[in-house]
Amino acid sequence: MYETNYHRASSVDEAAQLMGNAGEGKYLAGGMTLIATMKQRLASPSDLIDLRHIASMKGITVNGRHVTIGAGTSHYDVASSEALRAVCPALCHLASHIGDPHVRHMGTIGGSVANDDPAADYPSAVLALNMTVKTNKREIAADDFFVGMFETALEDGEIIVSFSFEAPDKAAYQKFPNPASRYAMAGVFVAKKGSDVRVAVTGAGSNGVFRHTGMEAALKAAWAPDALAAVSVDAGLMMADIHGNSDYRANLVKVMAKRAVAAAG
Amino acid sequence: MTKVTLTVNGRKVSGECEDRTLLVNFIRENLGLTGTHVGCDTTQCGACVVHMDGRSVKSCTILAVQASGSEITTIEGLSSGDTLHPVQAAFKENHGLQCGFCTPGMVMTAVDMIRRHGGQLDEQTVRQELEGNICRCTGYHNIVKSILSAADEMGGAKQAAE
Repeated sequence: MYETNYHRASSVDEAAQLMGNAGEGKYLAGGMTLIATMKQRLASPSDLIDLRHIASMKGITVNGRHVTIGAGTSHYDVASSEALRAVCPALCHLASHIGDPHVRHMGTIGGSVANDDPAADYPSAVLALNMTVKTNKREIAADDFFVGMFETALEDGEIIVSFSFEAPDKAAYQKFPNPASRYAMAGVFVAKKGSDVRVAVTGAGSNGVFRHTGMEAALKAAWAPDALAAVSVDAGLMMADIHGNSDYRANLVKVMAKRAVAAAG
Repeated sequence: MTKVTLTVNGRKVSGECEDRTLLVNFIRENLGLTGTHVGCDTTQCGACVVHMDGRSVKSCTILAVQASGSEITTIEGLSSGDTLHPVQAAFKENHGLQCGFCTPGMVMTAVDMIRRHGGQLDEQTVRQELEGNICRCTGYHNIVKSILSAADEMGGAKQAAE
């Protein structure tokens, strides 16, 4: 790892200020991606601004069907929140399958979403649950947030503070993990709220997480796994690598979507 | 150089290190506690698992400065004197190790697992929860057996105390 300078922020404002003074600074949340990347010398920030000790960025509040999750909340805390499980168990399920138990103790929802790894799980939930991403500067709608692989609408120095959404009537997330890395080769989050259906796909798309409007339309017409039988998933939009070609991934997307609808009930 | 202060196995310790120093290196080199191992260095193998503020973490993917101010428990902090922790005893009893390299991480993982699940651990859960720990010798069977046996004993002990 190259040399770096560590700073611990105790508030969001202080973190933004520290970043303003830094050369090539990076925010550090749980560090489960960033520290690993720095160890491989694939990232070399001059300064790290640690967000882990900002109390206002942690915790989950459920008010009726309205859910707010602090960006600094760990995967473990999302997975084990009884209040969240009561209104949106799909999100607990998703969080409980990220990485391993030790990674889930450190990694945070904000870190995952801000990094926007094309194989990360959370971006699919943000999109399918139509979350509002609140930053220290503004509120961003889920549909405007993800720009491409590792690219979001966040501006330099902008910090995600929390996520909020209205709990869906039904939802589920199913992924096919790569047998070695355990990252999703295709992960599909489906959510139904009233007559609205949203389907978000992660791990498979060549431009990062995306909504599949064809599957959404089919599921709006009939909420059942079989409703997806006639929907085609364009292999041209899929990633291809040594783990699977684009036809394989296109097929996986459909299989995961069917499983997700079945799991949502 | 930055001063890092930790409570390690109940003892307040401090030392100077670079900001880029990993927690596992601080534990091994500054504190001389070499029970915590570095296996893969890529956050996969779990040989470096310690507890930070009561939760299992991979100390090869945390900077020492990030951990400053926290309470750390390493494998050296589990036993009381010559009396092994029930999880350590179960690994010994069930032959839950061969070469022993992954064992510190396995034991620290097992203690955390039992803390979270209590007496409700079953084989499938144990196998799932070992996702972040790699053993190249045992084929995991005896590790799983050791953890289930320790969970039984610790759960049983808790019930007896109640």
